[in-house]
Amino acid sequence: MSDNQHNGNWWIWKVFWILLGLTTFEVLLGMFKPAFLVNTIFLGTKLLNHVFIILTIIKAAYIVLIFMHLGFEKKSLKWTILLPALVLVPYLLFIILSEGVHAYIIL
Amino acid sequence: MSDKETYGKAWEGGDKPYESSYGKLMMWFFLITDTLTFSAFLAAYGFSRFKFEDVWPIAEEVFTHFPFLNGEHPLLFVALMTFILIMSSVTMVLAVNFGHKMQKNKVILWLSLTIVGGIMFLGSQAWEWGHFIHGDKGGVETNIEYTVHIAEGEKLSSVYKLMDIDKYSDANENPLKYFALEDLTSEMKEGFDVQNIKSLIEKLEEKPAFNIRKANRTYLSNEESINYIKENATKVVVGANLVDNEYGHRLFADYFFFITGFHGFHVFSGVILLIIILINTIKGTYEKRGHYEMVEKVGLYWHFVDLVWVFVFTFFYLV
Repeated sequence: MSDNQHNGNWWIWKVFWILLGLTTFEVLLGMFKPAFLVNTIFLGTKLLNHVFIILTIIKAAYIVLIFMHLGFEKKSLKWTILLPALVLVPYLLFIILSEGVHAYIIL
Repeated sequence: MSDKETYGKAWEGGDKPYESSYGKLMMWFFLITDTLTFSAFLAAYGFSRFKFEDVWPIAEEVFTHFPFLNGEHPLLFVALMTFILIMSSVTMVLAVNFGHKMQKNKVILWLSLTIVGGIMFLGSQAWEWGHFIHGDKGGVETNIEYTVHIAEGEKLSSVYKLMDIDKYSDANENPLKYFALEDLTSEMKEGFDVQNIKSLIEKLEEKPAFNIRKANRTYLSNEESINYIKENATKVVVGANLVDNEYGHRLFADYFFFITGFHGFHVFSGVILLIIILINTIKGTYEKRGHYEMVEKVGLYWHFVDLVWVFVFTFFYLV
């Protein structure tokens, strides 16, 4: 573990404010729904949904890499944990969601 | 190969590639399996949602209430729940951080606050579930489509308003809540359903301002609504359970109970684990052991619970 990360608590609060800011931004977007983001369709869904997903992944990255300390572990451990998730989850989503679209079309 | 040759190699861990303790490693492996479990749940939710795209309930119309506030406040309560969980994640990191510095009293303080956060989250979820189960506006189940809703013109209304029933009255006065009565036979239930549909039609004829919004969110005129109900309606539903729910497609309620329930169960287990390590900290177990690694391991689990909620929040409530 990197020792400079453990001097003081400022870095914890920094991540907290980032997470809080991103969540607030998401909620505001969800409440006010800017017409531009709702009406633009990209890759089969609203642009707004892509914004939500990207913000969620940023939040997840902060939680895993900083709070769960994975960013400061050895490279071998980091990738042992991250690779299965980064490969299998998108694969699973791709298969199942495209099946869902297909099920919608044939019904 | 000697130590000299492997040093700095093998992804920087040398002869000990992970340079992590047994316990932490096993927690990480468990969390990977759990990640895949939750991904499968959310992917299954996505499948059903894509399959029934036109008739899937809109989360903002389902979760609209905030304790002690009147009116519609979509997203507000679940935003508060997210805030509580993020906050408890922060207090957990602080506890871990003070554990590294061997400051027992600060570990106790921040662990206790994390437990408070966890219990607050569970309480919020109980409220959310209670509200979801008791229902809000009511709906009408049909045999050709999914649940349809009562509207006034182009605005969503409620069966209580149309049928002049007090939403908060109990089963003795409220025929829509007949399921709460004791010793009902299936014929009696059918009788209630038939009677409820009959009075629904009467009320629609009496009040021309009311009409039906179909599951695909198109509005019928009052006359069309009456014909539609006469031909297709099977029963008036209030609230939600695993079999039928007033909000729309029944799978929506099933996924809601299953995914948020499974997550809530994780939070509950997390609170139990936190209480155990809090007791150990107070007793000085970790002080004697010379390190607070157990706090770190439970911390990993606790952050994971927060992580899952971040995704549930996005895919159940926002998208």
